[in-house]
Amino acid sequence: MDAIPAHMRPERSFQGFILALQRFWADQGCVILQPYDMEMGAGTFHPATTLRALGPRPWKAAYVQPSRRPKDGRYGENPNRLQHYYQFQVIIKPSPPDLQELYLKSLAAIGIDSALHDIRFVEDDWESPTLGAWGLGWECWCDGMEVSQFTYFQQVAGVECSPVAGELTYGLERLAMYVQGVDRVYDLNFNGREGAEKVTYGDVFLQAEQEYSRHNFEHSDADMLFRQFSMAEEACRKYLDAGWKDGKREAHQMALPAFDQCIKASHAFNLLDARGVISVTERQSYIMRVRELAKACGEAWVHTEAGRAA
Amino acid sequence: MPDLLLELFSEEIPARMQAKAADDLRRMVTDKLVAEGLVYEGAKAFATPRRLTLTVHGIPARQSDLKEERKGPRVGGPDAAVQGFLKATGLKSLDEAKIQHDPKKGDFYIALIEKPGRATLDVLADILPVIIRTFPWPKQMRWGERSGRPGALSWVRPLHAIVATFGLETETPEVVKFAIDGIEAGQTTFGHRFMAPAAIPVRRFEDYEAKLLDAKVVLDPQRRKDAILTDAKTLAQAQNFELVEDQVLLDEVSGLVEWPVVLMGSFDPEFLSIPGEVIRATIRNNQKCFVVSDPKTGKLTNKFILTANIEASDGGKAIIAGNERVIRARLSDAKFFYETDLKTKLEDRLPKFENIVFHEKLGTQGERIKRIERLAAEIAPLVGADVEKAKRAARLCKADLLTEVVGEFPELQGLMGKYYALAQGEDASVAAASEEHYKPQGPTDRVPTEAVSVVVALADKLDTLVGFWAIDEKPTGSKDPYALRRAALGTIRLIVENSIRVRLIPVTDNHISGFGNAKGLKDWNGRQVEQKCIDLLSFFADRLKGQLREQGARHDLVDAVFALEGQDDLLMVVRRVEALGKFLDTDDGKNLLAGTKRAANILRIEEKKDGKAYDGEPDAALYSLDEEKTLAKAIDQVTAEASDAVAKEDFAAAMSAMAKLRPAVDAFFDKVKVNDDDAKVRENRLKLLNEIRAATRAVADFSRIQD
Repeated sequence: MDAIPAHMRPERSFQGFILALQRFWADQGCVILQPYDMEMGAGTFHPATTLRALGPRPWKAAYVQPSRRPKDGRYGENPNRLQHYYQFQVIIKPSPPDLQELYLKSLAAIGIDSALHDIRFVEDDWESPTLGAWGLGWECWCDGMEVSQFTYFQQVAGVECSPVAGELTYGLERLAMYVQGVDRVYDLNFNGREGAEKVTYGDVFLQAEQEYSRHNFEHSDADMLFRQFSMAEEACRKYLDAGWKDGKREAHQMALPAFDQCIKASHAFNLLDARGVISVTERQSYIMRVRELAKACGEAWVHTEAGRAA
Repeated sequence: MPDLLLELFSEEIPARMQAKAADDLRRMVTDKLVAEGLVYEGAKAFATPRRLTLTVHGIPARQSDLKEERKGPRVGGPDAAVQGFLKATGLKSLDEAKIQHDPKKGDFYIALIEKPGRATLDVLADILPVIIRTFPWPKQMRWGERSGRPGALSWVRPLHAIVATFGLETETPEVVKFAIDGIEAGQTTFGHRFMAPAAIPVRRFEDYEAKLLDAKVVLDPQRRKDAILTDAKTLAQAQNFELVEDQVLLDEVSGLVEWPVVLMGSFDPEFLSIPGEVIRATIRNNQKCFVVSDPKTGKLTNKFILTANIEASDGGKAIIAGNERVIRARLSDAKFFYETDLKTKLEDRLPKFENIVFHEKLGTQGERIKRIERLAAEIAPLVGADVEKAKRAARLCKADLLTEVVGEFPELQGLMGKYYALAQGEDASVAAASEEHYKPQGPTDRVPTEAVSVVVALADKLDTLVGFWAIDEKPTGSKDPYALRRAALGTIRLIVENSIRVRLIPVTDNHISGFGNAKGLKDWNGRQVEQKCIDLLSFFADRLKGQLREQGARHDLVDAVFALEGQDDLLMVVRRVEALGKFLDTDDGKNLLAGTKRAANILRIEEKKDGKAYDGEPDAALYSLDEEKTLAKAIDQVTAEASDAVAKEDFAAAMSAMAKLRPAVDAFFDKVKVNDDDAKVRENRLKLLNEIRAATRAVADFSRIQD
């Protein structure tokens, strides 16, 4: 810790906070990935989690992923609700026996001392209807605040996890707010500097929150989004069909590009939902359609080089 | 005799599952022991977030030896039978079998099988892994490397260690040797996750429990509950406040900690402008904290009580501060929701219901509300409620379902409606109905008494019942997804406890026409009625019987009353059942019942024999004995008096009238021979018996009453 300059300490800066987590998980043997270059509702959608969770091969990865939740926009007026925020995602397959201990050590690495704080594992079963995925685990509480999600994946994209992967999701802004002691997300110190050099979370993202809230609720082009949804759905199926090697359902060669289209369809749906143009009954059928894509991608993935047994 | 200690140490077990899991573990192990012939003295199971523990004491060290004789084939029997016998009994040859002599059937072979009892330690090593593998968790999971292999263990969360020891108090106990999915049973456990995480060697339950306590683990959930409750009360009282007790929350919180540390925090008093129930729901549901009230005002104060799982190095300052921050944020949300809700009038929310489906076959919520309103208008005069107020209350009673606060806390439905209705200046009775119309929710729930609330509560329940009857979605067996039994019981209680006169047949028949799906008309007491309504009435009768049975009353009397024509007025049915019950407790009642049954029995036998019914009027000219004449006269007189009393709804008087029939009936059976040699006299006497049966029908169908 001594080697870290003050402006990079996790309790001083948002970026230092992220780097401390990356450093910790790198030390545990994870590959540190960069965010996936597509819009998605949760870090779980990243193929490094959704697809890599499937199949027998060991896998350890950690990465930051921006989460887009169009419906959660509040025009920058709510102290802790954002339509764009960061998740820190860790996935380890098979789940190691000491995953809980590793998680607690990672909290220590970002300045949360378990002798001072009340850390609890409270039942929370995770399910993603759009991904056809579920797992058991907890929400992790620190002094009554939910700071992470801890899940043992049992099924992803309709495929049984074998072996099971352990997944950790940290809500970065919320944790950083706690560690920095601020009540408003926009007041987070982003770069750890003071005075004129200080850059806050608000300096970086407030305008974006306002603009995207306008876009998501009032102006997004619904017709285009409906078309995008259908096009992505169609393309996903097309790529999945074309990916089977020699037309036989034995080896697949295009699971990743197909899954990109599934991610696209899911985001288009989220935007349409925020725009309020999908009725309650239609909503269910859109979720089903995305799930069908995700399941087909999972099925393809377990027939790829990385998804099947060596 | 030796004791068993079993501990299954895992990652955090959901609080709601712990009590049942402890119970299941005790039941499964002890059942299996008994099935193995090992009768134990006592057993107790415990759960914490991280462990399930069982102690069984006084188990015999060995099973007793079993001796069994098995009969085989006769001497000289076919070879196949002999071979089968040898195989089944494990004998090497017939030389090892005994021969039993039987003078009648001839000689046959007998095998003497001696099965020595096994050591309990070995029996346990066999049964415990099976119990662990088949443990009935509501949800279970796989984990780790082994989860990729077939037959991997499933548990509620990853299982890490097993303690299993067996032995006498005076000796070093032995480890029950078994392994399950790579976890070897042993005698090592672990203390509190943060305060004493080191491994602890344990021998038997007594030192196990004591060592855990030293390692900051309170094993017994009841002790944790007691500690939390006592400390919480003390903290509140120290500031002259009072803990708002909450058993369900206490159960949950005690399942979230191994070492409860109770602390008090506070929030900005400005939040006290929100209704207390909303504050409580926010703090309880989201933060699992208790709220505190001021005994002087009876209202909540700006304090809350949390239960931490650790003695923090700063005495809990950081923990309190952290919880206060979260609660502040939560209460800000709740206050925002509440204030937002107040800006929209309840009636302005109604159009949205047009797009919300209540049930696929029963249309939208909007349609449902209109039906309830119509029904409320129809019922209001029967209850003595103001029709306009009842209609208004019915129209608004569901509106709060669309508010932000109810969206967040569904359990506040109705109550928020009341607050919002009062805030927009509705009549107090209209506002109250929002909350009260959901009642009674169960057999112990309070029944509303205010007229407008009663009307809306009845209309709501009757609409539900009639609707689901119309679409043939009746409860079957244990399946009652729409809680229709509860709705029917609620209807009965509303009617009976408020003494409301309502004829269910015309009301439901009128209401069911709004749904379509008619099955067809059927005659009911001289009136053409939709069959489904007659079905529904018998559903009410069944619920009423069930209710009386639970109260220890005679439910057969309900059948006896419903068997009469035109019984759809539940209040009158209940009153009549009560009067009948009292009457049957008297000697007059008992004897009259016996006499009536005797008459009915004779009639049944004779009618069957002759193949005809003796239901015509008797001929007075054919009476030859005084007893016949007296009985005929008594019947006329009693029938008139009883009918009169029934018409006046004075069932006690009707029963008293019935009592007058008894001496005549008794005398008749005493002196008169029914099956007279003269066929005409016989027929006339049978007809007279039928008149007894008919007369008692003025109050009930006596043939339905059990002796």
